[in-house]
Amino acid sequence: MKLDKFWIACIAILILGFVFTKNADNEFYFFTTYVILQGLVMAVAWNILGGFTGYVNFGAAGFFAVGVYTSVALNKAFGLPLPVILAVAGIIGGLLGLGAGYLTLRLKGVYFAIATLATALVIETIVNNWKYVGGAAGTYVLQPKQSFIFDNYIELLFMLMLVLSVAAVAISRYLSSSRVGKGLAAIRDDEVAAECMGVPTLRLKLISTTAMGVLMSIAGAPFPFFVTFVDPVSAFALLIAVNAIAMPMIGGTAYWYGPVIGALILGVVQETATVTISSELNLLIVGVLLVLFITMAPQGIVGVYHDWRKKRDAK
Amino acid sequence: MSERILEVTGLTKRFGGFVALDKVSLHLDEGERLGLIGPNGSGKTTMINCISGALINDEGRVQFKGADITGLKAHKRAQLGIARSFQVPKPFGSMTVLENLCIPLEFAARGRTDPGAVEDQAMEILKMIGFEDRARENSAGLTQVDMRKLELARALAAKPALLVSDEAMAGLSASEVDDILEILFKLNATGVAVIMIEHIMRAVMRYSQRIIVLDAGQKIAEGTPDEVIHDPQVERAYLGE
Ligand SMILES: Nc1ncnc2c1ncn2[C@@H]1O[C@H](COP(=O)(O)OP(=O)(O)O)[C@@H](O)[C@H]1O
Ligand SMILES: [Mg+2]
Repeated sequence: MKLDKFWIACIAILILGFVFTKNADNEFYFFTTYVILQGLVMAVAWNILGGFTGYVNFGAAGFFAVGVYTSVALNKAFGLPLPVILAVAGIIGGLLGLGAGYLTLRLKGVYFAIATLATALVIETIVNNWKYVGGAAGTYVLQPKQSFIFDNYIELLFMLMLVLSVAAVAISRYLSSSRVGKGLAAIRDDEVAAECMGVPTLRLKLISTTAMGVLMSIAGAPFPFFVTFVDPVSAFALLIAVNAIAMPMIGGTAYWYGPVIGALILGVVQETATVTISSELNLLIVGVLLVLFITMAPQGIVGVYHDWRKKRDAK
Repeated sequence: MSERILEVTGLTKRFGGFVALDKVSLHLDEGERLGLIGPNGSGKTTMINCISGALINDEGRVQFKGADITGLKAHKRAQLGIARSFQVPKPFGSMTVLENLCIPLEFAARGRTDPGAVEDQAMEILKMIGFEDRARENSAGLTQVDMRKLELARALAAKPALLVSDEAMAGLSASEVDDILEILFKLNATGVAVIMIEHIMRAVMRYSQRIIVLDAGQKIAEGTPDEVIHDPQVERAYLGE
């Protein structure tokens, strides 16, 4: 029953998105929604490892940038079509995620978190010194002339990000509601107990870190065509890493829909502030909201809602 | 003659330079009830960790049902039928009591459980422990004593062939101890071998067919409860010089 509703909603969203590209002609809408959806994919990906499995990743920007620069390099070297670039970025991001998965064998808790941050810094240093993709100075990327069945390339990128969002949410929902999700929750609560109760902890953690890596890297792959000028400052932006953590925390990390709610709310607030005041405010907004939620509602909006319903039912 | 279910040979476990277990051997027959006692810090929990795979021993061999499982991962051992409770409770804190039991049913006992019957079976085990009214409670909110009961219930949910209970009765009232003993006797009657680690002497003495005594990482005595309790070395270990 529930499954049907979910997939109907997914299809409806994709159809609406497509209709939107055929009816709206102000490019601004597509730019804005693209940014919000990119944040959503990152948040959903982060939550698979951070929320379901309990391993905090501070290096989201690193995974994102791996996709960005895979894309830049492949485009420059071979001029490959976008779907191929996405696939390769997904593979490389997945391998990096797999590596992070093996890291969990030795590093837990705060040590794992620091290692992910350090990994992102290493990747950033490599990119800064890799002249072929622009190094520290950055590089221009041309948008392809053809935009398939769309009127312009930004509409195509918008539709692509919408498809990626739906796919990310579907994967995350599958992982959380299946037997895998129960195993991940057991790992998050107590890894030793999980292992002794028959949960293959390493295998499940590898699934979790790989899914995260694939999704984050794919989220970054279209980015060069979206901004058309890429440098390490934009690809490794602090806001990307912070949003990826803040959106799930604000929405709630325990359920698949938590990061979706968080991403939509925080994304809309940030985009509104960018238009009405200045994009400089975005980091401040996320900072303030994050502090508020962590201190007052650590379970996020979903947690607050569940508490409220429990109280209401108790009456 | 009954079959060996567990055979531990010359097991050594070190933590850095400290030898927690020094060439300890023990065995258990199918359907047997073994007591494992010894002063605090003598290595009982470490032995359980090495049997369940939570820790890997440095030397020696662990065999289960005739197969060498030394070095095998804990989840594989759980799937083979070794279940344990934790002396310091390790509940899955984000889950309800019932959900805690579903994890071993769906993972350790997966091949032996009808997927549609997981919740019903979890509920049956809770009823057996007298815990059914707590099924929907969050496990993180339980008292220490209730967490111990949950530990035992969760281990039972793994449908073990060998159950290792690590001080499951600490803090329980006399009548609760009797209830748990009753459950463990019933479980044993269905053919499950049990290793009981317990400080409550009355309980181990009554339950065990055979007792092994550890002291400072070494096996100092082995025999029937009666033999062990009159062993001068055991008295010395417990009462000091
Ligand atoms: N993970 C560990 N690291 C270091 N020392 C440990 C560890 N686990 C147990 N020990 C030490 O090994 C000895 C045996 O501990 P344990 O097996 O818990 O004893 P028991 O269960 O018999 O009370 C103790 O001295 C304890 O401090
Ligand atoms: Mg102990």
